[in-house]
Amino acid sequence: MRGRARFVEPGIMAEFGAEGELEHAVVRLRERGYTRLEIYAPYPVEGATTLLYQTRPRLNWVVFCAATAGALLALAVQWFTNAFDYPLNVGGRPLFSLPAWIPVTFELAVLAGGLAAFIGLLVSIGLPRLWHPVFEVPGFERASVDRFWVGIDRRDPRFDPERSRQELTELRPLRIEVVEVGR
Amino acid sequence: MVGWHGAPVEELRELEGHATDEELTEQLLAPLWSKSRWWRICFAVSGAGTLLYLVAFTYTVVSGIGVWGNNIPVAWAYGITNFVWWIGIGHAGTFISAFLLLLQQRWRSSVNRVAEAMTIFAVIQAGLFPVLHLGRPWFAYWLIPYPATMAVWPQFRSALPWDFAAISTYFTISLLFWYVGLIPDLATVRDRAPGRVRRVVYGIFALGWRGAGAHWQRYRLVYGILAGLATPLVVSVHSIVSTDFAITQLPGWHSTIFPPYFVAGALYSGFAMVIMLVLPLRAVFRLSNVITTRHLDSLGKMVLAMGWMVIYTYAIETFFAWYSGDPFEVAQYLRARPFGSYALVFWGMVFCNCVVPQALWSRRVRTSPVLLFVVAFLVQVGMWAERFVIIVASLYRDFLPSSWNLYAPTWVDWGLLLGSIGFFSFLFFLFLRYIPFVPIDEVKHLRAELEPRRSG
Repeated sequence: MRGRARFVEPGIMAEFGAEGELEHAVVRLRERGYTRLEIYAPYPVEGATTLLYQTRPRLNWVVFCAATAGALLALAVQWFTNAFDYPLNVGGRPLFSLPAWIPVTFELAVLAGGLAAFIGLLVSIGLPRLWHPVFEVPGFERASVDRFWVGIDRRDPRFDPERSRQELTELRPLRIEVVEVGR
Repeated sequence: MVGWHGAPVEELRELEGHATDEELTEQLLAPLWSKSRWWRICFAVSGAGTLLYLVAFTYTVVSGIGVWGNNIPVAWAYGITNFVWWIGIGHAGTFISAFLLLLQQRWRSSVNRVAEAMTIFAVIQAGLFPVLHLGRPWFAYWLIPYPATMAVWPQFRSALPWDFAAISTYFTISLLFWYVGLIPDLATVRDRAPGRVRRVVYGIFALGWRGAGAHWQRYRLVYGILAGLATPLVVSVHSIVSTDFAITQLPGWHSTIFPPYFVAGALYSGFAMVIMLVLPLRAVFRLSNVITTRHLDSLGKMVLAMGWMVIYTYAIETFFAWYSGDPFEVAQYLRARPFGSYALVFWGMVFCNCVVPQALWSRRVRTSPVLLFVVAFLVQVGMWAERFVIIVASLYRDFLPSSWNLYAPTWVDWGLLLGSIGFFSFLFFLFLRYIPFVPIDEVKHLRAELEPRRSG
């Protein structure tokens, strides 16, 4: 579980029927002093996400470095094969023919950048992880259809099963569910 | 909204009706659960086309490309025509998904997945033709710079390795982009699927997506990054394909206008193909609330705009052939093409690509599914003819009259062309059956954006 510490593992969750109610709930829970909250929504909800995640992930730098590495690798391979290991004089053109190498260099940069973006996405959100305790929560399957859930991490300093349930009830959600501890 | 001559015009919206999120989800998932008769018929027909493709493909591999109509000087004929045509069709998908995402065009949301699937399947068709045209396709891996015992390397100053890099990258990135876009919808399918088998299978492909805030935040960032990477990639791929032609000395090919010319032509045929795929879907699955008149209108306008870019390049290309004063260029553009043996194909191309799309100036044509389909079909025919003219009409009149020769396709050539259309449709019908072909999360997101917010 240590590697998953950065992801919120909710201990109690509440279901809402609308995006606005979710955002309202996040604001109120924040006011109460909760720091480890997570939301679940069928589509990106800007308001609540912005409240929870202010910092921009640095994935773009990972992609940039990967793309640069891809370009350098492509140039190195083309130089090694066509100018160093098997130099072939084609009509007196320079062996280091940079203009002719641009297409492959560009393509490899994009390929490396795209692969890094995809792998980086999976690593940064901890997927694939086919099973998760929240999937056992009754009704959670509608989080991918039309329901909005908020979850409080059981490691949140303010988390307390009884008090948190009370505070969630005040937000008048559709339902409140306790998440069983993960296997 | 008011039309240009003052008459009121009905405003077109990206989403019509007042369906709730649940109703939208049910509507867009319905094709996955129901087995309709028309799907079986279409699937069987496209399966037959795929069999034709397999026959022609196997026959070519077993006997060699002597069974094609190719000769010297027409060494590139149907094989490369089909290749360029398919890869061109494969351009609109990533363009719609990536470029229109960056421009924040809302109308992309309902059609982008169909367009992306079209891209992937078209690139598969495209990629097979050059491999087959190698003559000995089992040596295709020689394009990869691997340390071989022969101690030679691929020549990167040639356009062929560029092509290889461009197409394999384009396929990979298009597939990734498509898959990343699919993950939230696969999770929806997992959560709604009847039966454990489907739940497990879709669950595996959904990777355990929970729609958490952390997921969505990184997801949108990465989707944007992929769009940013894919947009220049789209432009680069057909530019590189055009260099196959442009870096040769042949009149009709040796032209600096080729890269933008090919990109415009690719998007032209690609958008036409999107129209041809979306219109039947919209009718059969009754999706006119999601794929609205607004989408048809925008797609029609895109075809018209791309059509004018193509017309412009035709004009410039011909003008420069004349202006250069080069007798071979003049003979190619002003004699061989309009009055030569393939004049019928040339004038058919001019009619389909330059005259027909002018109908799209009319809003009535752009918003009428039948007329729009007819225009898109003719554009598709015209774009195939364009590639045929570029390749065959340029080659059959060589520099030396002694080597002039005519080209006629054989049944294998036709089998590969029709068979590749069959195989493309086969993959597309599989896609319709097993994958939600309208992005459900994006449509719901769009609905939330368009409707006044429900407060809590």
